[in-house]
Amino acid sequence: METPEALRDRLLARFPGASIELVPNGSPSAQVSFRIGPAALREVACFLRDDAELALDQCSNVTGLDVPDREVVETVKESQPGAPGGPPVVTERKQTRLQPGHLEVVYHLYSVARRQGPVILRARTGNRTDAVTLPSLTPVWRSCEFQEREVFDLFGVVFEGHPDLRRILMWDAFVGHPMRKDYVEPDDYEWEPTPHGDVLAKARRHYPSAAAPGAVQPSP
Amino acid sequence: MMLPDPAATGLARVRKVEGDALGLRTPAFAPTEGAGDLLEVSLGPHHPSTHGVFRMDVVLDGERIVRLKPVFGYLHRNHEKLGEATSYLGSMPYTDRLDYLNSMTNNWAYALAVEKLAGIPVTERAEYVRVVLAELSRLLNHTCLAGFLMQDCGCSGTPLMYAFREREKILDLFESLSGSRMMCNVQRFGGCRVDPSAEWLAATRRLVDGYGAFLDEFEALLSGNEIVMARTQGVGRLPAALAVNAGITGPMLRASGVGHDLRKVDGYGVYPRFNFRVPIGRDGDVYDRYMVRMLEMRESIAILDQALRDLPGGPILDPKAKQRGLRPKAGEAYGRIEGPKGEIGFFLVSDGTGNPTRYRVRAPSFVNLTVLEDLCLGHTVADAVIILGSIDIVLGEVDR
Amino acid sequence: MSDAPTAASVPGPISAEERDELRRHGILLTSVQELYNWGRSHSVWPLNFGLACCAIEMIAASMAKFDIARFGSEVFRPSPRQADLIIVSGTVTKKMAPHVVRLWNQMPEPKYCIAMGACAISGGPFKQGYNVLKGIDRYIPVDIYIPGCPPRPEALLHGLVELQEKIRQQPLRGPDAPRHLRSDLPCDATVPELGATDIEPPFSPDVWKPPTLVRPDKA
Repeated sequence: METPEALRDRLLARFPGASIELVPNGSPSAQVSFRIGPAALREVACFLRDDAELALDQCSNVTGLDVPDREVVETVKESQPGAPGGPPVVTERKQTRLQPGHLEVVYHLYSVARRQGPVILRARTGNRTDAVTLPSLTPVWRSCEFQEREVFDLFGVVFEGHPDLRRILMWDAFVGHPMRKDYVEPDDYEWEPTPHGDVLAKARRHYPSAAAPGAVQPSP
Repeated sequence: MMLPDPAATGLARVRKVEGDALGLRTPAFAPTEGAGDLLEVSLGPHHPSTHGVFRMDVVLDGERIVRLKPVFGYLHRNHEKLGEATSYLGSMPYTDRLDYLNSMTNNWAYALAVEKLAGIPVTERAEYVRVVLAELSRLLNHTCLAGFLMQDCGCSGTPLMYAFREREKILDLFESLSGSRMMCNVQRFGGCRVDPSAEWLAATRRLVDGYGAFLDEFEALLSGNEIVMARTQGVGRLPAALAVNAGITGPMLRASGVGHDLRKVDGYGVYPRFNFRVPIGRDGDVYDRYMVRMLEMRESIAILDQALRDLPGGPILDPKAKQRGLRPKAGEAYGRIEGPKGEIGFFLVSDGTGNPTRYRVRAPSFVNLTVLEDLCLGHTVADAVIILGSIDIVLGEVDR
Repeated sequence: MSDAPTAASVPGPISAEERDELRRHGILLTSVQELYNWGRSHSVWPLNFGLACCAIEMIAASMAKFDIARFGSEVFRPSPRQADLIIVSGTVTKKMAPHVVRLWNQMPEPKYCIAMGACAISGGPFKQGYNVLKGIDRYIPVDIYIPGCPPRPEALLHGLVELQEKIRQQPLRGPDAPRHLRSDLPCDATVPELGATDIEPPFSPDVWKPPTLVRPDKA
């Protein structure tokens, strides 16, 4: 199979103007991936599936990732005019800004016919709140059908073009996306017989009199 | 896109209710006016034949299925969220509980993924032991599947008794090696937690030598059985192109005529050293899926024979390989093996800390269920039960 | 009737030795309670109900090596209307909880519940879960708890034997009588609804009260 760089160049030649970049992988597995812009994602997927050399006819795995918002501390240099006739005064100050997070979907593609792979595609949403739409690859590989439903259910990515986008693991009336990093689970820890760590803290909120840890309560 | 053709199966009388994409409480389908003779039945989640808490909403025209929607999530135990909260080693016992019939292969798939992520080499003895345990697990799984499939056909427990009798022998081996019958938690990163003794290997050799005779007895009763053939042949045909496109893996894919076995394709572990064949079906119906598994068991016996013969000495686990406090470099890895039910893979994303930032299980049963509707359309409810049985699902990994 | 009768179950001045003597001569003396409970305890038919991994050990317990049939649980009934015992084997998730409770309600009295495995007792290894019910005893009254992950089939058989002992000890009158002989108890357990983030109610107050938090090791 061709190298990832050669494949990227071939894709850029075939889809000029599309956003296709190689994402390096720091681990020894050396499985690099391609980040594709949502606009060209489905076309690139069809191309990869129908290409005679690659023949990536099986999408083995669809994963959702949640990259939460994080604060980034930056150093900003400002220059202000100094004394008249003198050089400008350069001051540095640190400012924090909020780097918005996003949701990401990772597709692992393999070729059954040519026995090669994986080719890994990634697609990123705009943010985690309102721009959460991505094109669905179910029309290209049917195996994405349930897996994209799961990413929708647990992460909240809305897949356009999916034939049946409903919740799959949680119940229909459920509100929230549990696999997100900021998901708060319901408080049903009224009783914790083997207290440990934060679970004990959750349980103790239901026992306002048990203020001190280790306080022995009279049994009922 | 490969979806079933509505006109061919009378689906025109069933209108799909479109909920908006944000998951409202709408049913998946609703019969239109004038289609009052369609019956909507929910098979499950408590049902003797659904292999766990699985539900199929079927719309029936008489006895024929015109629409089928699988509903699961009744065993969703947030395995992936727990994986993010637990260290790499701490997740190993949880992988036992995914496909709870084959804990050995789940453990191996996870250990393989972590070894890929962190670049940990595996000792040679451990590679052979892993093959032995995985093939024993495959024998166990396919035997039980034959028993459960026959139970779904209506054989009401007798083949299951024979199957579980053999399963108990294999579980005795697992228990004497790892301490637990089902949740063995045997694999570690770079090797195995336990080293089989010479007595254990001798007992395994005795089991493997006698397993062929059991399979002969089992097959003599079932494979040529007129009722089994009448019930399973021609039922639930899966075309090869749809199977590949739908991500089907394992014996279900091979029964449709596609020779894709990760033991040969990826050649992970020491499988390239063994001489074994990969049985491939022709029609992709329930009978082929059953026969592929019976033939795979024979091949597993051949692999076990060679592995037990060639098992080298040496350390079972490198003492310097980090288990606790493993902090792989930031990056990601996808590791997969050919489990008894199909391709089981783990996708791990590390951010340099002791817990993975994303822990994803690619479960074969979950993806294999994609084509359940296609296989069951036009068949009766009794056939749908057999088709589900032949897909070989286990809800622990479907719902995770 | 092979067990020695307790003092409570044999009213009157006939002693155990006299009973044995009479039995040796082919005359059996018993009480309605003993006979009634003997029949009930030795033919407990479980519901064909398994949720997760523990269900496989339950199936193994019904197979040839462990054979639950010799304890009277010969047939696992597929319909709750015909079952005496529900062995909740495996993790009860919040999505499944209404179904389990509905099955319990559909079972006619006298009915018993065994919580098999750590997940059914308290949520087990999956306790930190948004979808995991922290124990089935929050909604239905559990008679026997069998710890383990999964408990061996012998453990399930031991639990069944304990349940049989419990049934045999049930008096036919009074506050400890089984539920089907008492007209003052409610019939149905509360079936939870699937709410927006959790099931409602999170537990059934007439079945389960959160016990007090005690840590004797840190006293």
